Amino acid sequence: MSAPAKKLPKADLEAQAERLRAVWANPTGWRYWTTVNNTQIGLWYASTAFAFMLFAGVLALIVRAQLAVPDNDLVSADFYNQAFTLHGTVMMFLFAVPIFEAVAIFLLPPMLGARELPFPRLGAFGFWSFFLGGTFVCGSIFFNAAPSSGWFMYPPLATDKELSGIGADIWLLGLSFIEVASIAAAVELIVGIMKCRAPGMRINLMPLFAWYLLIVAGMILFAFPPLIAGDILFEMQRMFDWPFFDPARGGDPLLWQHLFWIFGHPEVYIIFLPAIALMAMIVPTFSQRPIVGYSWIVLAAVGTGFLSFGLWVHHMFATGLPQISLAFFSAASEAVAIPTAVQIFVFIATMLAGRVIFSTPMLFGTGGIAIFILGGLTGVMVALAPFDWQAHDTYFVVAHLHYVLIGGMLFPVIAGIYYYYPLIDAKHLSDRMGRSAFWLMFVGFNVAFFPMHLAGLRGMPRRVFTYPADVGWDWMNLLSTVGAFVLAFGVLVVVVDILRPKHRQNRGEQNPWNAGTLEWISEPEENWGVRSIPHVESRYPLWDQKNLARDVNDGRFYLPDAEEGRREGLITSVLDGDPMQVLRVGGTSYVAIFSAVSLGAAFIALTFHWWIATAVSAIVCFCAILYWLWTGTAEIPEKPAKDVGLGLTLPLYASGPASVGWWAMFITMVGDSTAFASLVFGYFFYWTIHPDFTAGIAGPGMPWPMTSAVLFLTAWAATFAARQLNARGFVAGMRIVLLLGLMLTLVASAAGFAGPWSHGMDPTAHVYPAIVWVLVIWVLAHAAVGAVMQAYCLARSFAGRLTPVYDMDIRNIALYWHFMAITAAIAFAVIGLFPEAV
Amino acid sequence: MATLFWVMTCGGALIWAGTVAVLLYAVRRRTLYSEPAASRLIFWAGAVFPAITLILLLGYALWLMPSLRPLAQPGAPTLRIEVTGRQYWWRVIYRQPGTPPVVSANEIRLPVGERVEFTLKSDDVIHSFWIPALGGKMDMIPGRENRLSLRATKPGTFRGPCTEFCGTSHALMAFSAVAMEPAEFRQWLAGQHVPSAGATGTGARLFIRHGCGACHAVAGTEATGMLGPDLSHLGSRETLGAGILPNSQDNIARFIAEPDVIKPGVQMPGFDMLPPDDIEAIASWLKGLK
Repeated sequence: MSAPAKKLPKADLEAQAERLRAVWANPTGWRYWTTVNNTQIGLWYASTAFAFMLFAGVLALIVRAQLAVPDNDLVSADFYNQAFTLHGTVMMFLFAVPIFEAVAIFLLPPMLGARELPFPRLGAFGFWSFFLGGTFVCGSIFFNAAPSSGWFMYPPLATDKELSGIGADIWLLGLSFIEVASIAAAVELIVGIMKCRAPGMRINLMPLFAWYLLIVAGMILFAFPPLIAGDILFEMQRMFDWPFFDPARGGDPLLWQHLFWIFGHPEVYIIFLPAIALMAMIVPTFSQRPIVGYSWIVLAAVGTGFLSFGLWVHHMFATGLPQISLAFFSAASEAVAIPTAVQIFVFIATMLAGRVIFSTPMLFGTGGIAIFILGGLTGVMVALAPFDWQAHDTYFVVAHLHYVLIGGMLFPVIAGIYYYYPLIDAKHLSDRMGRSAFWLMFVGFNVAFFPMHLAGLRGMPRRVFTYPADVGWDWMNLLSTVGAFVLAFGVLVVVVDILRPKHRQNRGEQNPWNAGTLEWISEPEENWGVRSIPHVESRYPLWDQKNLARDVNDGRFYLPDAEEGRREGLITSVLDGDPMQVLRVGGTSYVAIFSAVSLGAAFIALTFHWWIATAVSAIVCFCAILYWLWTGTAEIPEKPAKDVGLGLTLPLYASGPASVGWWAMFITMVGDSTAFASLVFGYFFYWTIHPDFTAGIAGPGMPWPMTSAVLFLTAWAATFAARQLNARGFVAGMRIVLLLGLMLTLVASAAGFAGPWSHGMDPTAHVYPAIVWVLVIWVLAHAAVGAVMQAYCLARSFAGRLTPVYDMDIRNIALYWHFMAITAAIAFAVIGLFPEAV
Repeated sequence: MATLFWVMTCGGALIWAGTVAVLLYAVRRRTLYSEPAASRLIFWAGAVFPAITLILLLGYALWLMPSLRPLAQPGAPTLRIEVTGRQYWWRVIYRQPGTPPVVSANEIRLPVGERVEFTLKSDDVIHSFWIPALGGKMDMIPGRENRLSLRATKPGTFRGPCTEFCGTSHALMAFSAVAMEPAEFRQWLAGQHVPSAGATGTGARLFIRHGCGACHAVAGTEATGMLGPDLSHLGSRETLGAGILPNSQDNIARFIAEPDVIKPGVQMPGFDMLPPDDIEAIASWLKGLK
């Protein structure tokens, strides 16, 4: 089955290719911007993230210029605070994380032998959200309205309207918008990696880059929701004075620190692991052999991912937590060094066992590793509480984190740019400029950041806009400033190398580095990813499978044609990569960009408290998304199955766990439940810090919450029963039961609302009513979505788009309702039972 | 603590040099290693070596922790200093059993050789208390009370900056810690219980008339405000404006006239509308409060 089919005559091949090309073509003219093709979206995404990096780099140069000499007054204290806050925020949220989502969107389909990721319109939606949100956040500094409370936004400084101004709202809302886009990208990448691999690519044959991205996307799913939960609490305090972080009314500033760092520490590994993933592609290519210790590196990456969630308290060693927890988190923080060391030695071992070709990507890669190791070692130092008490919040930590992030992320990214550039336009970047850039960056970096260790040890705190002349920090700061400009010059050389015109250069060969992985088959001129979808039998198919590139390009594998004029890809099984289904993905459409713009407008209007504009934009966005779902998803194919070539016929429709939509819903709801769990954590956190958490304020009582919980469970049962009835062909019964479920949802929501409402709970009075209301609102918002879903399925059934055979919609909403039932049961049990029962 | 630092720095430098040497060797050498040999390197250098090193290091550090941050000692300590962070200055209150508390600001004096218990609080945003020369830092968090115990081993003046970002002038928030011989310290503390000899006079009258007493307290006068730093013995402090200016009459006058220029975002309004002579008189009087 895996042997390539017979080659067709040339004319037939040409006709096939022409049909395929037409199907995957980008629109022309100004409509070009509505394309959803992963190659374009990936490139735009990466270029935007890179541009944000350059912007944040300029902010860093302003910061360094101000600190060059003591008592400097180049910029005002307030501008300086905006600059360093925005520098950290942009580098973390708008460069380090998105650049890898971008690279993954660009690279994963060709690397996995797929035509596209499963949800191309979602990818486009994510990009436009990122573009808008990022521009909004960055632009604020030109209006003197940028956030100025540090990228960590600690309350009460950042919750106090007089001390933090509108900048804090821009930070909260602008970034929440981007976090949603990040989670969308994570869902897309997880489903893409699990379900869209080429046939035969079992999970243990997957390229390491895909492994890493799978792990990282999973981490995003658990790390970002706590921050989103924190953002909700934060914005409720800023906008409506709900006292979550106000100690005078029972709140506690430390809850934010917990939620922020539960996100913030995994974030570091979310940034670092994909960079290592790029190295895991580059090192084998330039050692001209497969990686040594494939299982070692995969296990180490998984281990790093897990451990990274147990380290957050090391950012809080000086907050006065009990010593026993400091000891625990010191130990966990040290432990993460072990899988990191394993990954580095996997690279060294691969180089030892191969013949190393020392190219520009390798230069950046090894230089980055050398820098990163030093940052890792200072990390081992600051992870120990006794040392951290001295080093915490000093320039020692500034030095540490830049060694880790620039060595562990920026250098590998530039290595990746030099390595993968031929895939973009079949041209090469200049080796000479690359090497000059490397040495400028390497020397500049060390000159800039090494002295910061000393400044920190001599007591220089972070985030100071100036420092006195007589305390002995002068020469180190001057040196750092000089180094920073040299580093920036090196980055500039890279930018010039990328942007300089290359039309005189001849078209390069297809696989210039003689790499072993599938992405090197793809041709930059074509949008289809792969001409035909190959059968993969090895981790390095281009090395091990003879003539693979030629056979793929001769259309001798799966899906070489597009007879029905649709964009099609293969869905395979998660573990073994057995072909299961032909997936038709969405093509060019206005709907993605339109939804993103209207959602962005809603967030921006909310920042300025323009309530009507917010409501209008939100309704427009809601309608756009409904239109998108109605016209673009769960489409009933014109025939049940089609011949994909090589004697294989696959279904065109799947529902339930066999479909990508079901997986996307499941993964989204796991993230959603994590955010909910973070709110419940908040509830118990307040309880544990106070002797009487309710402060004598009446709770929602037991009857209403219990009634609501029971009603929600019956609504869930009705939805589930509707799914079963539909599957058995009782369409009328399904409609009646679903309508009943819809009404139960509405009644259950009213009962849920009645609890705190009938007891007159005032959320601005104390943190107890505030957190109760937040949990209730969370459930009600989800119930509203659940009700829309029930109504949507009813409408689909009446429209003939949902039938007993083609039942993807109702299976997906039943899945949503499983999570909804758990959420409602937990929320009402918590608010109804706990204050009474204990 | 110093030993831990040197152990980690030297050990870290050796490990860095060793790993980078192996990396460079891997890039440059000509002989090919077999895959099993390379895998053994991953196991020993990547997993076993760091595991053992880190366990030893962790054990050592955890063993150090109790001596660096002692838990509450049995029996009340003789001297407790309560420091409250404010944007952008420090209120300091010395509490000793049997005597009334002494209120001061932006300067902390402590006796050499004795353990001093600090109670750390904040009234507005999060600050962090740190005397680098004496020990680690501890945050000051609104609604919470943190404790820290420190001991100075030799006399001297040490700078203590605020180390949690606390707003516009975070960089301009520091204090001096003055470690004194115990006898000298007791004598100084006794002096703080009584008003300064120069507390009355024209300066005092102007100070009250222009409303300074609404925020500042000066012992021995009607000025009892608690919003700003206590100025009862301002003249004897080494620095001005929370560790940012030398304590001179000119600097006091400048601070009265334009505090916002010296310290952006400061709560105190500027008094440059006062007659210059009055400002000079108040400054000279404040400088005389020893």
